[in-house]
Amino acid sequence: MCTVCGCSDMVTADGKVMSHDEAHRLGLAHSHAPSVAVATLPFPHIAAGGAEFTHGHSHSPDHHHYGLGQAGASVPGLTQARLIEVETGILAKNDALAAGNRQLLQALGILTLNLVSSPGSGKTTLLCRTIEALGDLPLAVIEGDQQTSADADRIRATGARAIQINTGKGCHLDAAMIGHAIDDLRLRPRSILFIENVGNLVCPAGFDLGEDAKVAILSVTEGEDKPLKYPDMFTAARLAILNKTDLAPHCDVDLDLYEANLRRVNPLIEVLRVSARTGEGMDQWLGWLQARLAEKAA
Amino acid sequence: MHEMSLAEGIRTIVHDQARAHGFQRVTVLRLEIGRFAGVEKPALEFAFDVVMRGSPAEGARLEMIDLPGKALCYDCAKTVEISDRLDPCPECGGGRLIPQGGDEMRIKDMEVV
Repeated sequence: MCTVCGCSDMVTADGKVMSHDEAHRLGLAHSHAPSVAVATLPFPHIAAGGAEFTHGHSHSPDHHHYGLGQAGASVPGLTQARLIEVETGILAKNDALAAGNRQLLQALGILTLNLVSSPGSGKTTLLCRTIEALGDLPLAVIEGDQQTSADADRIRATGARAIQINTGKGCHLDAAMIGHAIDDLRLRPRSILFIENVGNLVCPAGFDLGEDAKVAILSVTEGEDKPLKYPDMFTAARLAILNKTDLAPHCDVDLDLYEANLRRVNPLIEVLRVSARTGEGMDQWLGWLQARLAEKAA
Repeated sequence: MHEMSLAEGIRTIVHDQARAHGFQRVTVLRLEIGRFAGVEKPALEFAFDVVMRGSPAEGARLEMIDLPGKALCYDCAKTVEISDRLDPCPECGGGRLIPQGGDEMRIKDMEVV
């Protein structure tokens, strides 16, 4: 059907059968076939043709044409362009999926922690040591990396269940990926779910996964200025783990300055000094985990 | 930040709105971006042009409205406006502030035909 006048598709003009739109476009005289009832015809051609239902016409300056505006159709009383109030967060879809994950995880009483850091801060080593120390406590791990299953393999070597997510070009995990992983993990009630995010101090801060808390891991070799340079991540985190403290004497670093900078961007952040390699500070970290589990059970 | 993902989020919303309101084309799309949202505007403009191809918002003009950064000062307990994430409190000079707004990233409205 012609989008301009509602007539049937094919017309005869200039001795040839062609589409109605084509006839309009070429400006050829053509007839309007009575394919639709008069009442449903939009007014352009009724106005142009009066009561005449079938009318041949040529396109001349005195021909009234509607529907040539931006909308391609004319509706009495409406302007061509209109404004739609949206007021929707760009990440609304992710936020809704994250809320679904959170609801499910809460219902199962699962403590969910989103581990965020730059690449190479020692997240996987910390996780392996943590899993060994937690012993029989049921837990599962979701590993996020652009490529390889190396991290999930390391986690599985400890006996824990792990799913590897490869994001390809992606720089962060999102709530949909976590939702699919949760479906496959068959999580046990009152367990811990560790999500090791893609190593990146920028993007993962903006994507809620449905976790209880973000834990930021910062190794002492990275420099005291990192919390100031990447404030969003440390603002979003509840706990910061200052990892690889065994290397501090070799790196000319000021651990107190690390803590001061962390508290400058997030006055509420908790800080633990840990060396996953030597075990220093691991008891405090395990104690922090037990306290969060107790909060969940309460 | 992750401007390509943001542009994909915008595209999803454009498709949802096109279905809900029955429009064919978006001519102008207005975003509100907070000072602390971490959005790199030129990168988002580039991603927008690329990602909107084949969608109702192909060729649409992208307008970005800045929203101020707000933070709560832990020294004087006031909510203040700051333009830089690491600025001291303009009221008391304190350095312990936590953002309370300014991380917005939302589509305000769109002009459609």
